[in-house]
Amino acid sequence: MTELQEDYPQEGEVRIPSGCAISGIFSRNGKRFGGQDAIRSIAVMHDRSNGLGGGYAGYGIYPEYKDYYAFHVFYYDNDAKTTCEKFFDEHFDVINLSKIPIRKHPRITDEPLIWRYFVTPLPTKLAASQLDEEEYIVRSVIKVNTAIKGAYVFSSGKNMGVFKAVGFPEDVGEFYRLDEYEGYAWTVHGRYPTNTPGWWGGAHPFALLDYTVVHNGEISSYDANRRFIEMFGYRCTLQTDTEVITYMIDYLHRKQCLTLDEVAHVIAAPFWSTIAMMPEERQKEYIYLRNTFASMLITGPFSIILGFNGGLMALNDRLKLRSLVAAEKGDMVYLASEESAIRIVEPDPDRIWYPRGGEPVIVTLSETGKKVVAAESK
Amino acid sequence: MKRVYVNEQWCLGCHLCEYFCAFANSGQSDMARALKDAVIRPRIKVEEHDGISFAVNCRHCTEPLCVKSCIAGALSVKDGLIVIDQDKCVGCFSCIMSCPFGALMPSDTGVMQKCELCTSNSAGKPACVQGCPNRAIVFEER
Amino acid sequence: MAINYLYPDYEVIRNQQRCINCRVCERQCANEVHRYDEELKMMVSDESKCVNCHRCVALCPTRALKIVKTDNTFKENANWTGEAITDVYRQAGTGGVLLASMGTPKNYPVYWDRMLINASQVTNPSIDPLREPMETTTFLGQKSAKIRRNPDGSINTKTTPQLKLSVPVMFSAMSYGSISYNAHKSLALAAQKLGIFYNTGEGGLHEDFYQYGPNTIVQVASGRFGVHPGYLKAGAAIEIKMGQGAKPGIGGHLPGAKIVGDVSKTRMIPQGTDAISPAPHHDIYSIEDLRQLVFMLKEATNYEKPVIVKIAAVHNISAIASGVARSGADIIAIDGFRGGTGAAPARTRDNVGIPIELALASVDRRLREEGIRNNVSIVIGGSIRNSADIVKAIALGADAVYVATSALIALGCHLCRTCHLGKCNWGIATQRPDLVKRLNPEVGSERLVNLINAWNHEIKEMMGGMGINSIEALRGNRLMLRGIGLTEKELQILGILHAGE
Repeated sequence: MTELQEDYPQEGEVRIPSGCAISGIFSRNGKRFGGQDAIRSIAVMHDRSNGLGGGYAGYGIYPEYKDYYAFHVFYYDNDAKTTCEKFFDEHFDVINLSKIPIRKHPRITDEPLIWRYFVTPLPTKLAASQLDEEEYIVRSVIKVNTAIKGAYVFSSGKNMGVFKAVGFPEDVGEFYRLDEYEGYAWTVHGRYPTNTPGWWGGAHPFALLDYTVVHNGEISSYDANRRFIEMFGYRCTLQTDTEVITYMIDYLHRKQCLTLDEVAHVIAAPFWSTIAMMPEERQKEYIYLRNTFASMLITGPFSIILGFNGGLMALNDRLKLRSLVAAEKGDMVYLASEESAIRIVEPDPDRIWYPRGGEPVIVTLSETGKKVVAAESK
Repeated sequence: MKRVYVNEQWCLGCHLCEYFCAFANSGQSDMARALKDAVIRPRIKVEEHDGISFAVNCRHCTEPLCVKSCIAGALSVKDGLIVIDQDKCVGCFSCIMSCPFGALMPSDTGVMQKCELCTSNSAGKPACVQGCPNRAIVFEER
Repeated sequence: MAINYLYPDYEVIRNQQRCINCRVCERQCANEVHRYDEELKMMVSDESKCVNCHRCVALCPTRALKIVKTDNTFKENANWTGEAITDVYRQAGTGGVLLASMGTPKNYPVYWDRMLINASQVTNPSIDPLREPMETTTFLGQKSAKIRRNPDGSINTKTTPQLKLSVPVMFSAMSYGSISYNAHKSLALAAQKLGIFYNTGEGGLHEDFYQYGPNTIVQVASGRFGVHPGYLKAGAAIEIKMGQGAKPGIGGHLPGAKIVGDVSKTRMIPQGTDAISPAPHHDIYSIEDLRQLVFMLKEATNYEKPVIVKIAAVHNISAIASGVARSGADIIAIDGFRGGTGAAPARTRDNVGIPIELALASVDRRLREEGIRNNVSIVIGGSIRNSADIVKAIALGADAVYVATSALIALGCHLCRTCHLGKCNWGIATQRPDLVKRLNPEVGSERLVNLINAWNHEIKEMMGGMGINSIEALRGNRLMLRGIGLTEKELQILGILHAGE
């Protein structure tokens, strides 16, 4: 970071609203493809970004390490790296570590140290903590991000990874050499924040375990959502919408074991007038979910693409105040903020449609796809 | 036909209905000026006894005894409303004696007057209804 | 008496040009201030009896009357104000505790007036309440902590009993006895019409009002007036009154003069006896005793009704609320020091308790820190004066608000603060039949419905301006508020930033 940037409030000290672009590509049959399609898709939506943030999430990109958690970490100085690696050694078995390969790019400057670790929890530590493995990972990541100054774990799932920076997303894709990776799902985000963010960690996607969220919108319910989800151990250090949305999805899906459909019915719950017209059994369920998780309802425009191991979910707010387009061709599924971003990659889709506000579009690996992904190694 | 009805449960005996009636029929636009130092002759009168009060005005009977008794033909029925043509009234008091409600009385000019549901004065809607502070007097069909 | 220590506070000014001698002022003043003088042929007034209730002013058809503060003054003294001096005269004369009614009028800060609300612009659109749904439906009660599934995989939707509100406002407790039968009827009718609730207060529930049970919250206070199994089952919820904002630490007080007829019957006490509720519930000396009472009430009503615990806002309100949240209560009602009362010792009313804005902010934060905010709903009262106060309250963290003084004002109250004398000229805080008559429940309930509907529209306008279309997204959303003219400490306690940040 430059000295000047140090004077400005950091992302996380101040809330930065922004508008953006998102895109997602998924192969139902688990067929892996390079990041260039995602790059081309987001490049077409160049004007939706202002160069102050861009990022990608790729799934199925580390088949040879698919049983290990892939930590992607930013370090702002060597001391942070030393402290953080000591923490990792105490809590994890580190199978492999390396710098994430990059390609120098004229428009991407001031990059921090970017490292990658493939880890698994140390069995004795895991047993002593009395947590399940995923909770152990989540808490360790949150510990690093809040307690170790200058270190930030920005990706922490198995067989997937997030790549993000301050810059136009197409430049970020070049920077991280995403054409050299292959995955069955890619999501990408371009950012248009309204203040200068100091920090690479603030770009999207936001990740926790294998959940990644790219988001276009600005939610008015942010503080209501944050003050509720923080009761369950999460800490919204970045003060971004994406962070709080990811935490809520993690809580509802992983901890409360709701299906993704049910999660959508909590965060984009239908209006009471709509619920009143449903058949009785369904009504009871919707009322119960909306009442129990009232503070997780998201108001304000949003369109998100949630990525997870095995699939993607796209969701709009109930008033559909942000654009979202979906398309299919064969086993390929495309989701984006604009139709042009889909057609640049697939000019002739079998079907193209605009999902309704509040109705999730959930795509998962077919049986074939699951077998393909499970069998894979480099 | 809509008539003025009084619910004695809510009548407070405040007499405001009388003053609003007098004002509405005064032909003036400022109440203070119209009624200052005046002796009012309202067409609705409050009857009270022992904590119960009740305002009485013309019932616009379907079989009006006053119309039958009027020797000058000044009283007549117009669409259910009992009206008096003050030019024809000779002041014989027959109507006063025949009305079981005491709804007719002498006016300032000597001829008789009665409630005409504010159809011929500036109020438009019955002034006693508008002036009652407790909705004891209502204007409705029953 | 020979020496007049107490000069009347108010003077009655009559514009003799406009007075038409209609005598409505004379007929309508229960304090007998006005009189028609036959000889002088004009109205005369004795202001020593005037309490400034404005009944005569409001009814005078020519607006000939006004009540002004007397300009008979003591020497200016910032410390010994005229009021402080006359209080000493009163007590020297009577030897008694000074009684007062309604909320404290003292000049303490009103925090509602020092908070500003956000609006969305450019980066986030505001929502048009005329053309888009704007939802204010609220559920009060304990929320499930863990999702459970039925054997067939569907979600188990069984919950503890909840109260459903069409708008996040309820009418707060005002006992039958402190206010009249007609006032209660107006509140009950309005609550039914609006789809919200009213509260019986500690005077029990008159048998005529059992029909409004589904919109009634029955209160169990320290005196246990009117409490029997039928009473508990009649309401939609039960409220245990542990304290009241206007008089924390003491119980309710109804002078014997107001305990007549149906009031005595409903309270189940003899006529003419003073109804002085004890300060604590004599079976609740600690938090575990409260838990016992909560569950006793639930057992008595088959766990079908939510239990509310009402507490006054005092210094350690957060700790108390935390204890209550763990006691099995479904809803916590917090009453701030500005709350109204039918009668309370003036010193207690003016000096005991803390503002509800600060209490709410602290309690909401503490419950979230302990992870138990979803165990209870929070309802607050203690001077909610308008819809902006309601929006700010919800943004600070309340689920709903209780209003009482505003409701009485809608019914005609002019805040003359002499309820304890029992001669309310508006028919609200009295038991005299000739005065109670003055409040027609048909008119009263209409005015209450108008008020709450008007507030509901205003709330929706403000929500739309903030880009929010469901009230649950406003709850606890402190970033929607900014302070103005507040100290660092006040901002910190309220948990909001200063305007400009």
